[in-house]
Amino acid sequence: MTTIAMQVNGKEVTADVEDRTLLVQYIRESLGLTGTHVGCDTSQCGACVVHVDGKAVKSCTMLAAQAAGKTITTIEGIADGDTLDPIQVAFHENHGLQCGFCTPGMIMATKDMIARHGTDLDEKTIRSELEGNICRCTGYHNIVKSIQAAASAMAAAE
Amino acid sequence: MYQTTYHRPATLDEAIKLGSNDEAKYLSGGQTLIPTMKQRLASPESLVDLSGLSELQGIRADGGSLSIGAGMTHADVASSAQVREMIPALADLAGGIGDPHVRNMGTLGGSVANNDPSADYPAAVLALNATIYTNKREISADSFFNGLFETVLEEGEIITRISFPVPSKANYQKFDSPASRYALVGVFAARTDGNCRVAVTGAGNDGVFRMEAAEGALSASWSADSVGKNRPDPDDMIVDLHGTGEYRAHLVNVLAKRAVTAA
Repeated sequence: MTTIAMQVNGKEVTADVEDRTLLVQYIRESLGLTGTHVGCDTSQCGACVVHVDGKAVKSCTMLAAQAAGKTITTIEGIADGDTLDPIQVAFHENHGLQCGFCTPGMIMATKDMIARHGTDLDEKTIRSELEGNICRCTGYHNIVKSIQAAASAMAAAE
Repeated sequence: MYQTTYHRPATLDEAIKLGSNDEAKYLSGGQTLIPTMKQRLASPESLVDLSGLSELQGIRADGGSLSIGAGMTHADVASSAQVREMIPALADLAGGIGDPHVRNMGTLGGSVANNDPSADYPAAVLALNATIYTNKREISADSFFNGLFETVLEEGEIITRISFPVPSKANYQKFDSPASRYALVGVFAARTDGNCRVAVTGAGNDGVFRMEAAEGALSASWSADSVGKNRPDPDDMIVDLHGTGEYRAHLVNVLAKRAVTAA
């Protein structure tokens, strides 16, 4: 067992966990933040993407202990109260989902994508940036549309 | 995953002490090690996280070489203006590993120490004739890799930096598996001080190798024609559901020509 402390969605949290605990297990099972999903468990699907110190990572491929001392943001942490993040709004308005299972990872990946590439995103960049996120409903068309809409909305708000 | 004990040492000395036994494994980005542990294919009693070591950080010009800390992530290398300026082929290679989230965690040192036969970095290390610096010694690329998932690294030995001589021409061509983004075949061709080296990953059943038969002709004349019909023996190639030995040997030839043309 090891004692870990980190900041999750703006709150300081501390827990005793087994050293082998994955970050995603800690987030879902200890903190009860079940918006972060486990899709494949083999580091491919991206349903578990969260931000660690501002960078998108697969939380199924990182130990909770590795995240100790760091700042974590999950899908639950991006809205401002009842005001959704512009990316969440765009996925809602453009129906950027079918079953919705991959959506939290898609949105966290989009946030990272826009942070790195800016809001001027073409379709080719978006599709190549989504290499680590799988939509098993194969609903990529509206996901790409949602990301473009989010980027435009964020550009307009700047 | 089996039980393990996690350590995050703050100094290189402490990391060496913690890692100097055969039940310990060094953890860098963990993008291979953690999935392997989840599948119970690896079960180290302890993990020694190298992410807190300042000795493994940073990218700097070092004479005619580019020196990259072993702990730099693929995203760090891909987005570094210095790497882009000095060895753009290396920035492109790093930017094509895995996916964006994997690139935010996986590191240069981790990839090279693991020596996966389909990993991208070993091809660059070998083709650019890089020098691998560890806490104990410096090792030339030609004597570092030692077959599948094997290197000459000893117990308790940690890669600290890798120094890449700056080439006058270089390019990496990768034919990747659309599922894993690993190289089905990857070819890195480089010309440095008039000497040409071509290294192949993803293809050889003994890991990364040099295409020496083509290097002499390329040193005399840098053109796709110099690659000619050179290709490795199909019997020496990896055979799996993605391709036969014949297919991989053919791809090596095609990608070598493309790399030389694009460099």
